[in-house]
Amino acid sequence: MAHAHKLEILRGLIKFKSNTQKIWGVLILLTIVTAVEVVLGIYKPEALMAKVLGMKLLNWIFIILTIVKAYYITWDFMHMRDETKALRRMVVWTAVFLICYLIFILLQEGGYIEGVYSSGFVKRDF
Amino acid sequence: MSTTVVNTGTEGKTWGGGNQPLKASYGKMMMWFFIVSDALTFSGFLAAYGFSRFKFIESWPIADEVFTHVPFLHGQELPMIYVAFMTFVLIMSSVTMVLAVDAGHKMQKTKVTWYMFLTIIGGLIFVGSQAWEWATFIKGDYGAIQTKGGNILQFVDTEGKRVALGDFVVAGHRDRTAHERKNGLWFVDEGTLPTYTMDEVMHGLESHENVLVRTQMINEHGEKTVLSRAESLKQVKENGIAVVEGANLKVNEYGSPLFADFFFFITGFHGFHVFSGVVINIIIFFNVILGTYEKRRSYEMVEKVGLYWHFVDLVWVFVFTFFYLV
Repeated sequence: MAHAHKLEILRGLIKFKSNTQKIWGVLILLTIVTAVEVVLGIYKPEALMAKVLGMKLLNWIFIILTIVKAYYITWDFMHMRDETKALRRMVVWTAVFLICYLIFILLQEGGYIEGVYSSGFVKRDF
Repeated sequence: MSTTVVNTGTEGKTWGGGNQPLKASYGKMMMWFFIVSDALTFSGFLAAYGFSRFKFIESWPIADEVFTHVPFLHGQELPMIYVAFMTFVLIMSSVTMVLAVDAGHKMQKTKVTWYMFLTIIGGLIFVGSQAWEWATFIKGDYGAIQTKGGNILQFVDTEGKRVALGDFVVAGHRDRTAHERKNGLWFVDEGTLPTYTMDEVMHGLESHENVLVRTQMINEHGEKTVLSRAESLKQVKENGIAVVEGANLKVNEYGSPLFADFFFFITGFHGFHVFSGVVINIIIFFNVILGTYEKRRSYEMVEKVGLYWHFVDLVWVFVFTFFYLV
């Protein structure tokens, strides 16, 4: 087992000297992201309450930051960065595709039922 | 005259066998595939939560108002601080886990031992915190009234600050005691009796002019609707049927019972993962101490449990967002 770790994150913007150093670097990154989430969650700035694509901008920010965190946990803590392309795609694409599909269906249906409740009559059979 | 085929003539060819196109050992690959399926299970739960939430989007509890407690800081409203702490603990234990894996690659037994130890401690702190969070949630803090339709009416003062039932309701003399298996029918059980009866709450509400009712409905400012004084009295008198203190699978003083159900189910399932992760980590920890992997000349086992442990952290990142932030 040759353990050649890829030591750059953010597309080569930051390059670490050793694997240990990279781990601490990623920790700092994750901590900053979590701190931003918590601060936004506590203060809920009025400016971020605007709706974008049916959801509050603030919620979009939370979801994107979560995916950022998930990326670094998977890529650097779970060493996905060092696995072969085939293994990476097998794991990530399968999960991403099925999860997106499931979320789309359930949220769509939930929104529809809400519409039926709030408008007080059944528009279609369901 | 040899009839035995010694070789197939396909050595070194793609389909000749013995290939490792993914360059990962069997165990590691199976751990990855298990993680994919477990990730799908968790997404099933979170998507179901999203479904119920979208269904009741106008009346869903606001997480900031539900999880406001921090241990040792009584009576202070500190939304999210404790969950943020829990998140940090879990990320930190993930870091010590990667460091253990890293030390394993370098065959440094002492370092692996110490990092595994720290990881286990982190996991225990997290599970303990979650137990505390559950206890606080189950106990509840303000109390509420449940209506005929299953909605929750909470109480606020004229400035919109939450008022606990105990602040304006006086419990009278009680003849009725809770029915337990030991003092009544052994095959019938009833839950804990609430501290106050409906009549006492009604009486308290009538005698306190400044107490208003807050409904589950979210208004255009993203806050729960507060009723006028007359409307408050009318709602409690006409629709109130039960006093609710705290939360369980059937009732929930914070709002929709579904919220409590999902809370218990999702954080419970995650907590169970953390717990089993801690147990597996302890087993591996002792194997490290005993020198099992030193003899094997490979610490790959640490890497495999590490994958599981990071996955638990990964799931928490999503639970944190969808339960506490969004």
